[in-house]
Amino acid sequence: MTSTTVVRKPVRWGRVALHVGCLAALLVMLYPLAWLLATSLKPADEVIASLDLLPSHLEWSNYKTALDGVNDVSIWRLLANSLLIAGGAVLGNVISCSLAAYAFARLRFRFRGPLFAFMIATIMLPHHAVLIPQYIIFNQLGLVNTYWPLILPKFLATEAFFVFLIVQFMRGLPRELEEAARIDGCGPFRSFFQVVLPLTRPALITTAIFTFIWTWNDFFTQLIYLFDPDKFTLTLALRSFVDASSTSAFGPMFALSVIALLPIVLFFLAFQRFLVEGMASSGLKG
Amino acid sequence: MTTTAIPPEARNAPAAAPKRRPQREREGAAWVFLSPWVLGAIVLTLLPMAVSLYLSFTDYDLFSPPKWVGLRNYVQMFTEDPRYWRSVVTTLMYVLVAVPLQLALALVVALALKGMKRGKGFYRSAFYAPSLLGASMSIALVWRAVFNDGGTVDNLLGTGGWVNKPGWALLAVALLTAWQFGAPMVIFLAGLQQIPAELYEAAAVDGAGKWRQFLSVTVPMLSPVLFFNLVLQTIQAFQVFTPAFAVSAGKGGPADSTLVYTMYLYDRGFVASHMGYASAMAWVLLLVIGIVTAVLFRTSRSWVFYASEGDR
Repeated sequence: MTSTTVVRKPVRWGRVALHVGCLAALLVMLYPLAWLLATSLKPADEVIASLDLLPSHLEWSNYKTALDGVNDVSIWRLLANSLLIAGGAVLGNVISCSLAAYAFARLRFRFRGPLFAFMIATIMLPHHAVLIPQYIIFNQLGLVNTYWPLILPKFLATEAFFVFLIVQFMRGLPRELEEAARIDGCGPFRSFFQVVLPLTRPALITTAIFTFIWTWNDFFTQLIYLFDPDKFTLTLALRSFVDASSTSAFGPMFALSVIALLPIVLFFLAFQRFLVEGMASSGLKG
Repeated sequence: MTTTAIPPEARNAPAAAPKRRPQREREGAAWVFLSPWVLGAIVLTLLPMAVSLYLSFTDYDLFSPPKWVGLRNYVQMFTEDPRYWRSVVTTLMYVLVAVPLQLALALVVALALKGMKRGKGFYRSAFYAPSLLGASMSIALVWRAVFNDGGTVDNLLGTGGWVNKPGWALLAVALLTAWQFGAPMVIFLAGLQQIPAELYEAAAVDGAGKWRQFLSVTVPMLSPVLFFNLVLQTIQAFQVFTPAFAVSAGKGGPADSTLVYTMYLYDRGFVASHMGYASAMAWVLLLVIGIVTAVLFRTSRSWVFYASEGDR
């Protein structure tokens, strides 16, 4: 064991085995995604019958059918609806959650401790405990079958997870900066907008991305609040395929699925650093 | 710029004279910052919770005024509704399979990536990707097709399609959840990286092998993170909906084997218009999640180890 080459070799093989294992695990894990992509391009008779992952020829007509839309609603309409809801939710969460987080992280006020504990507790509150009365409220206001029930709550910082995330981040910022700003005559509002908020950008970006993706993927809330097909989102349009058992609908259904996933994939590729780090920091620090 | 050497009282000294006013101003400012959250907490959380508790003692169909029926909904739920119990058992089975499986996968992958020098960033992102896509209806539909009669899993294992078999359909749903182990994995990985290397060195000096190091260093040091993941994933698993909805074509079949709690709640409230009954179901869910969380917190005292308690 005196020669270094003897020692190094088994270590290297361990590394190789680790990478091979990780890649094999990834192949299995990413198979459903590859399957989705392949099936969206398969002709109808190959969707189920064929064992091959790759289609015999690329059936672009699936995408043509999907682009025609669902239930006589064009795909552009569905896409615009999805974007409107997700965009509104992002705006709402970023504004309202950062405001609340600043108060919890940096300002002193009565009942701060109990209110913070309550805010944390709402992270664990099952949505269903408030679902029906919320539905009744929006129903009384005549807002069922509009986008308001999906967007308005986000402007009221109801997603406590993000408040918590931003609080965690703000606590890590040096206090001296605000104190310097205060000595220079900044009130709490100016130090929030001009000192703290710009530094909180990574946490705000994380909030924005997660809100976008979760709202985009959300199914349950959209299912109960929206029922006009022309108000549907891409997710809800896919729902009409849930009952479909005929294989002829499979190609277009999965083409639409790919289209519905595309914005998330793009978001993921662009912002994965923020996503992964934002998630990591939520479970640490205390 | 570093003023850390100056004690905090001294730093505030120049502002000491007009201290009173800014202090009160800050209190007022805090409530301005908090106002959206306070409004949301009252109108969209506390009030709805009270209303749903009230409605759980009524018959209510959204159109005619609620009719007080006392404990009727609860009695019916617990004694006269076999589908209710079916949904309870289904959900418990799902939670007991999906959560441990998901956390085990997350931990194994995090351990594998921990000491990696090259490619860690790539693997971290790639293993995380299904977690973002998997919550979507798109992937739930893929799942149904892959686990269907004639789908990939059937071809591979000759299962004859899990989606149509009462004993197996729920497993397919649980696998979809386990597949999305990205979030707990990333949190585990961050936790693993915070364990000081000296602890492993000290353990190695004391003659501890890899397995002993894992049990005596990694597990206790990681226990707060493990606990955080366990609580969060358990709470989420109790509320599973979309994959069960897609896999069973919105019906909870075959033979109610994928009729999870929230799906039955949706069915009672929004399909059958029994809002009172659904509210009672929601309150039982709230209580159960509360109890489970409390039990987890209580047992955590014996196995969660907070190393940094002293310096905080």
